[in-house]
Amino acid sequence: MLNFTIRQLGVELAAKRVSSVEVARYFFQRAATLGKTLNAFITLDEEKTLAQARAADALIANGKATPLTGVPIAHKDIFCAKGWRTTCGSKMLSNFTSPYDAHVIERCNAAGAVMLGKTNMDEFAMGSSNETSFYGPVRNPWNIETVPGGSSGGSAAAIAARLAPAATGTDTGGSIRQPAALSGVCGLKPTYGVCSRYGMIAFASSLDQAGPFAKTAEDLALLLNAMAGFDARDSTSLERAPEDYTRDLAQSIKGLRIGLPKEFFAEGIAPDVARAIEQTIVEFKKLGAAVVEVSLPNMKLSVPVYYVLAPAEASSNLARYDGVRYGYRAPAYVDLIDMYKKTRAQGFGAEVKRRILIGTYMLSHGYYDAYYLKAQKLRRLIADDFVTVFKQCDVILGPTAPTTAFKIGEKTADPVQMYLSDIYTIAVNLAGLPGISIPCGFDGKGLPVGLQIIGNYFGEAKMLNIAHQYQQVTDWHTRMPPETAA
Amino acid sequence: MKWEIVIGLETHAQLSTVSKIFSGASTAFGAAPNTQASAVDIALPGVLPVLNKGAVERAIRFGLAVNARINRRSVFARKNYFYPDLPKGYQISQYELPIISGGKLDIVVGEQQKTVRLTRAHLEEDAGKSLHEDFHGMSGIDLNRAGTPLLEIVSEPDMCSAEEAVAYAKALHRKVVEEIEICDGNMEEGSFRCDANVSVRPHGSNKLGMRCEIKNLNSFRFLEQAIKFEAWRQIEILEDGGTIIQETRLYDPDKNETRSMRSKEDAMDYRYFPDPDLPPLQVSEQWIEEIRAKMPSALDVAKEKIISLGIPFYKADLLTTTRANTNFSTQIFSIPNISNPEAVANLIIGPLNAKLNEEKLTIDKSKVSLYQIVDIYRRIEDKTISASTSVTGTVISAVWNGEGDVDEVIEKYGLKQISDIGTIEKIVDQVIAANPKSIAEFKAGKEKAFNALVGQVMKATQGKANPEQVNKLLRKKLGG
Repeated sequence: MLNFTIRQLGVELAAKRVSSVEVARYFFQRAATLGKTLNAFITLDEEKTLAQARAADALIANGKATPLTGVPIAHKDIFCAKGWRTTCGSKMLSNFTSPYDAHVIERCNAAGAVMLGKTNMDEFAMGSSNETSFYGPVRNPWNIETVPGGSSGGSAAAIAARLAPAATGTDTGGSIRQPAALSGVCGLKPTYGVCSRYGMIAFASSLDQAGPFAKTAEDLALLLNAMAGFDARDSTSLERAPEDYTRDLAQSIKGLRIGLPKEFFAEGIAPDVARAIEQTIVEFKKLGAAVVEVSLPNMKLSVPVYYVLAPAEASSNLARYDGVRYGYRAPAYVDLIDMYKKTRAQGFGAEVKRRILIGTYMLSHGYYDAYYLKAQKLRRLIADDFVTVFKQCDVILGPTAPTTAFKIGEKTADPVQMYLSDIYTIAVNLAGLPGISIPCGFDGKGLPVGLQIIGNYFGEAKMLNIAHQYQQVTDWHTRMPPETAA
Repeated sequence: MKWEIVIGLETHAQLSTVSKIFSGASTAFGAAPNTQASAVDIALPGVLPVLNKGAVERAIRFGLAVNARINRRSVFARKNYFYPDLPKGYQISQYELPIISGGKLDIVVGEQQKTVRLTRAHLEEDAGKSLHEDFHGMSGIDLNRAGTPLLEIVSEPDMCSAEEAVAYAKALHRKVVEEIEICDGNMEEGSFRCDANVSVRPHGSNKLGMRCEIKNLNSFRFLEQAIKFEAWRQIEILEDGGTIIQETRLYDPDKNETRSMRSKEDAMDYRYFPDPDLPPLQVSEQWIEEIRAKMPSALDVAKEKIISLGIPFYKADLLTTTRANTNFSTQIFSIPNISNPEAVANLIIGPLNAKLNEEKLTIDKSKVSLYQIVDIYRRIEDKTISASTSVTGTVISAVWNGEGDVDEVIEKYGLKQISDIGTIEKIVDQVIAANPKSIAEFKAGKEKAFNALVGQVMKATQGKANPEQVNKLLRKKLGG
């Protein structure tokens, strides 16, 4: 059971060799024990999980199973789920029980998936190491002294430690791909608009996008099939015909043109990471792919552009946490303004406050043109680079993160160093493109390296095909952290 | 020094959609607090706005009705500030790119006509309400109104008196409530409220003075009083050698004064930026044409037609203040053989309106039909009765009360005009004898005194004397 993929679990459940309840109990047990050591979950609720598992068993008995029916899925605590505490990693929402389901939750529930719990995350998804969570840092199963990446660190660690067969996450600047890379699992960020943002707590609305975590590319496709789809409640959701993301998995990738942006291999990349990526490229050549060098000249601007736009949007998105209607309110205050000040001073952590302050400044009178408007223009240039590059190649390959997992506490004192760990992922969000990270090797310390595949708009099926083909001839994705099997 | 007042108005008209501008909750007024506030309205974590097409359609109707430019692309922006009745911590509005630009509105002030230019009109959401009175030491928040669609209509500073400002507000009210029906116009419930920007400058100056904004004027009377007070206040300050500080002021109707709310120095920085949750609003040519095809006829078309009958425009204006009286007037003037339309107009504007006001009813509920109005007119024309309001008012009241048709009530109340020279002469003589002072004044050249004497005769005959004959007789007797 430990290493079952969604596909394999589906076969076992359909053959009734195992019940949903048994599967749920098995993974719940792991989540409650090893998960606790790793601090991967914020909320577990055995009763709710088992109730869904029983319902899934009924669906299977009635022949109404989908590929996800009875499969336990861990949800990032950014998704509102009816009746579940939904904290977004913050003290501010420590007492918030959602009265409604996010679209992504609705879709997973409708497919018969079993909600295993709510995974830990950086507070309001602001972080690259899962250290900003009010509920404490998540530990990387490959080395518990290191971070799992962030902000979806709990989901990534849960897959790596086999606490759940699959999980959801969100990616604003790399928050799915970077933790997938640092934790040695697969994670996909779809094209902006493919998954509805309704019920997904907003960080930076124009960048936020939900996506799946799993052990294999095939499982990512199966989970994305459930998560994706038009939702009229999100005006940025794209109205397109439903896709089967598994449809191209088995295709040969002979003749595939792979673009390697020279900027991805310049200074800043750790030698072990560069070596792993080079070996991966050799594998792809063996599979019949051709390699072209390409250039993304404006990519270097993506980190500064992101740290103008994302905090600007966040400063406004987080204004609703004011202690008036729900969530945390300071216990003592003298008047309205004092209540606002104390509630927000006490309810938000340091990184969230930093970004609210940066964002407020960026939007202020006299600075808006110089920062926000300029950043919007550069965002366009960054996106245009990709348009040019995709005339020369089918997909872009490169590292997901410049280094492997770093030590807990190593970068917390230097936010800029922390921000640079998303240097290869942020441009993809700014352009609204899809990106995927899959394991492709290890560094000298035995920590996983992630390969990033960036596709053109709506290129998810193609990216999954490429990842799947790679996983047919390599076994990096099957490696497990040493302690996990225990 | 002579001063000139300059006024521009910002008007918030609540749009009459069934649901809110960004959520499916109802917009009905008066429900129990917070029963019409959805997850979106109370800004739960994770919720998102979805634009109500009905609100956009109403904005387009407005644009078409005032000959404005309907922008094919407009942008929703967030206006950020903290207040307990603003659930998201920002209001979704339109800032740099509104849906409607330009336009104009004709107004009538007394017997003067004027065109006021419009700057823009944009869509936005209303905030909730803070209830400070009902809870001891605490404030209650009612979010039923949060998210109600508003059209904010901004005029150019084209008005130069409180009367003009009121005429503009009334013309705008008539446009949105009566003509295109996009707003219920209930000012007490806040469905139509004005902010007035007021400044003064030396007469003849081209430079605008420093302005103050008076917020939330929710009746025409308060609008007029507030502007009058504010202009007086500013002139007093300037004449004492002082300067006007740009500020936002509140009008207190109990004290009839405006008070400072906040000065420009502590004006908030709203940090406007495009709302990333809402793509730019695109309006297609086809959609505009569909809306245009369904536009109700302009009240001003009917007004022009009435003016073309030879009725002065200020009377035509009074005949077309609402959709209902426009329909009434249009129908009445389609009746053939009315050689003196102004006389018919006078019956509607005078005694009929007086009766409607007394009964607090609109003209479509009138118990005197337009045919009966024409009957009265015919009796004036054939000199059966005089046109004096004491006579026509009596006829209208009696017909209203179901006492019979026009001829029957004329008979019943003995309203027939006195054309008998002997009878009139007797009364004229009595009036001359009783008013030596007026006669002396008339002889000293005061024409007014003559009119007073005619009035006396009419009064003595309860309006039944033929005024022409009274005139003739009086002049003859006084040697005028």
